[in-house]
Amino acid sequence: MADLVANFVGIKSPNPFWLASAPPTDKAYNVVRAFKAGWGGVVWKTLGEAGPPIVNTTSRYGATTYRGQRVSGFTNIELITDRPLEVNLREIKEVKRDWPDRALVVSLMVPCEEESWKRILADVEETGADGVELNFGCPHGMSERGMGSAVGQVPDYVEMVTRWCKQATRMPVIVKLTPNVTNILGPARAAARGGADGVSLINTLNSIISVNLDEMAPEPIVDGKGTHGGYCGPAVKPIAMHMVAEIARDPECRKLAISGIGGIETWRDAAEYMALGAGTVQVCTAAMHFGFRIVEDMVDGLGRWMGEKSYARLGDFRGKAVANLTDWQFLNLNYQIVAAIDQSLCIKCGLCHIACEDTAHQAIAAKRVNGERRYEVIDQECVGCNLCLHVCPVENCITMKRVDDGGPPLDWTQHPNNPMRRAAE
Amino acid sequence: MAREAAHRERPDVAGGRLTSAEYAENFGDVHPLLARKAALVEANRCYFCHDAPCLEACPTGIDIPGFIKAIATENVDGAALKILDANIFGGACARVCPTEVLCEGVCVREAQEGRPIQIGALQRYATDHLFAKANGHPFARAPRTGKRVAVVGGGPAGLACAHRLAVLGHDAVVFEAKPRLGGLNEYGVAEYKVADHFARAEVEFILGIGGIQPFTNMALGRDISLAALRREFGAVFLGMGLAGVNALTCEGEELAGVHDAVQYIARLRQATDFAALPVGRRIVVIGGGNTAIDIAVQTKRLGAEDVTMVYRRGPEAMGATHHEQEFAQTNGVKIKHWARPRRLLGRDGHVREAEFEYTRLDAGRLVGTGEVFALAADMVFKAIGQVFVTDPLRENGKELLELVNGRIKVDAERKTSLKRVWAGGDCTGTGEDLTVRAVEDGKRAAHAIDRALRG
Repeated sequence: MADLVANFVGIKSPNPFWLASAPPTDKAYNVVRAFKAGWGGVVWKTLGEAGPPIVNTTSRYGATTYRGQRVSGFTNIELITDRPLEVNLREIKEVKRDWPDRALVVSLMVPCEEESWKRILADVEETGADGVELNFGCPHGMSERGMGSAVGQVPDYVEMVTRWCKQATRMPVIVKLTPNVTNILGPARAAARGGADGVSLINTLNSIISVNLDEMAPEPIVDGKGTHGGYCGPAVKPIAMHMVAEIARDPECRKLAISGIGGIETWRDAAEYMALGAGTVQVCTAAMHFGFRIVEDMVDGLGRWMGEKSYARLGDFRGKAVANLTDWQFLNLNYQIVAAIDQSLCIKCGLCHIACEDTAHQAIAAKRVNGERRYEVIDQECVGCNLCLHVCPVENCITMKRVDDGGPPLDWTQHPNNPMRRAAE
Repeated sequence: MAREAAHRERPDVAGGRLTSAEYAENFGDVHPLLARKAALVEANRCYFCHDAPCLEACPTGIDIPGFIKAIATENVDGAALKILDANIFGGACARVCPTEVLCEGVCVREAQEGRPIQIGALQRYATDHLFAKANGHPFARAPRTGKRVAVVGGGPAGLACAHRLAVLGHDAVVFEAKPRLGGLNEYGVAEYKVADHFARAEVEFILGIGGIQPFTNMALGRDISLAALRREFGAVFLGMGLAGVNALTCEGEELAGVHDAVQYIARLRQATDFAALPVGRRIVVIGGGNTAIDIAVQTKRLGAEDVTMVYRRGPEAMGATHHEQEFAQTNGVKIKHWARPRRLLGRDGHVREAEFEYTRLDAGRLVGTGEVFALAADMVFKAIGQVFVTDPLRENGKELLELVNGRIKVDAERKTSLKRVWAGGDCTGTGEDLTVRAVEDGKRAAHAIDRALRG
């Protein structure tokens, strides 16, 4: 069996599956249940400064139901922990003492003043926690008070606070990034400059998940009104993976470890993030949907897949897909594929035809042969876009076959249609 | 043994074999209405096919992918109107259509995984949803033309024709021989398929369009004549169904306890108290069509102990679909194939035994093997097919209009050989004897009549 031990910025955990800083990690009761279920680590729900506790609204979550599939996207308007600081610190200390082999990282969010950060870092250090995660990501509520994403959206602040923290503590510092920026490399490079050991991303996306058409208000509704929330869950995974990969392939971020977050529900999701450079992954929505037991199959499935692929350790495949991520201009324009329909598998739904006919290249003919429906690819019209393959409900019925002559690759930088092309060598 | 002997003394035919709770259970809805969540899950299974096979398989051409998409978006009234626009009997068809050989039989999900979309159940979900609202009739009538059309027969063909004529602005006068409108939905289909007087509610709904004047207990050839109708109306539509049943033509058919299945089902469907219906302890049903299934299952559900269906050929030749045969079997009906009745034996004038001869195919021809067996029977039901009674269409010993295979001959527009006379449903030979086909006939004829009246 493959070894799933993760070593993330010096923090060890028996597997790379951590629970993200969120309601599932708000108190010892939940975290102990998570560890019992097999989670490798947790990032404790964000602590704020000592003083009057945070107040939360009732009605806090909204969800997307897509064609009957519940919680395909999820949103929240909950703030950081609303429990007293000293209670959280006491519980963190106890849990770390009882579960020394698990990763226990503490998420923090305090005002943008050096003293505030120093004070809370000293408190956390005293608990024996493995590290801290700076919450520069929350897009709602706290950001209105100059914290969370209000910091994360300004690279100079990210760098400054990171530096304060690195100077104030011996603990590893992970910076949690907000995706609500135009280019993730801005804050990621700032974190690197500030000396961060790693980054975790993504935090949630600004969102209005649904509008209640009877009450004419965005959901979740708090006494007739709503506010934008933080969007997460399976629907955000592609956005998050792109941001993870951009950091993974950026030379200025080379030293940053990455903890991948966003729509991870299965071992396969985790493997994809890790192939794009993530050292650990963090999960929240899937646990909130199904409970902590989902980790069992994540651990089992990842281990089996690694075994099949002869990956002994996570490091054997971590970042392996990054080398194959490039810019569009470097893609081989001589590569040509066309769709091929396996008539023996076709169930005659016609979706490939109508998709191609209405919205693509009119490359799939709808015929009747002796009264029987028959859908046929017109090779010379097919541009190899894959649309038909994606709308076909039958696995492997439509495949793409290579039709170019296998000649040397030609990318846009060399293409004759490109007036800026490089001269041929 | 003593009890058994006592049975042999007298035939055991009695009502009240079950408790009232059991009757209610046995004759309640056989397939309950889908709950909202279940309907959404099922609707979302639909691939929304292009050139959908289901749509093509529906004799009334309901836009099935379209109405299912509307259910999925919770535009359920919109879904119902799509259905009813193509088939005003969409509610009944959702319940009685043999979907397994029509839309669901060709569903691409059937091809893919052997689990078609439950189109019938979704259709019922949509139409019931609309019917549950008391919002008046959903279709408007075109400006009145002042033209009047006579419709003979108040079943699905006749009422579908009358409704479409009303939509198109004409007035329809419906003559029904029976005391109630609805045809086989009211008199012929098994109770549990159209429970809670659904057929009556549906007729009310259809008449709600206005412009349809029904007369019941008015039979063609008895109370009205085709000649008079042709004189008094701009057009005539004939949709009187099949009034006759085939005879067994074997010894003992006249014995007490030997019943015509169609008549018994009609009686059951009109019963206000199922306990009052006498039913035999041991039942033999002769035939292999849907009527045979319906009488077999319903007598079982009335409390008969042993019900045996006997059919002269194999299962694939039966008029009842595979699904219906299975339904009968899960209801405890025994189906015997390859045997034909030889004679019915009675004592004191009442049937006690049905004697059969095994059959086989000999060069494509059905022949008896000579080997016989007998089944004890307190009641025997004949369900060997219905026939069109041509008498009302004869005058001075001559057919008024052309027949084909004993039924009225019509063209693609459902026009008969007689001027200004159209026909549809089971009394014509346009296809399978199905409600959905009758509805399509009525609808098509209405449009043809409309064109003729405006011509």
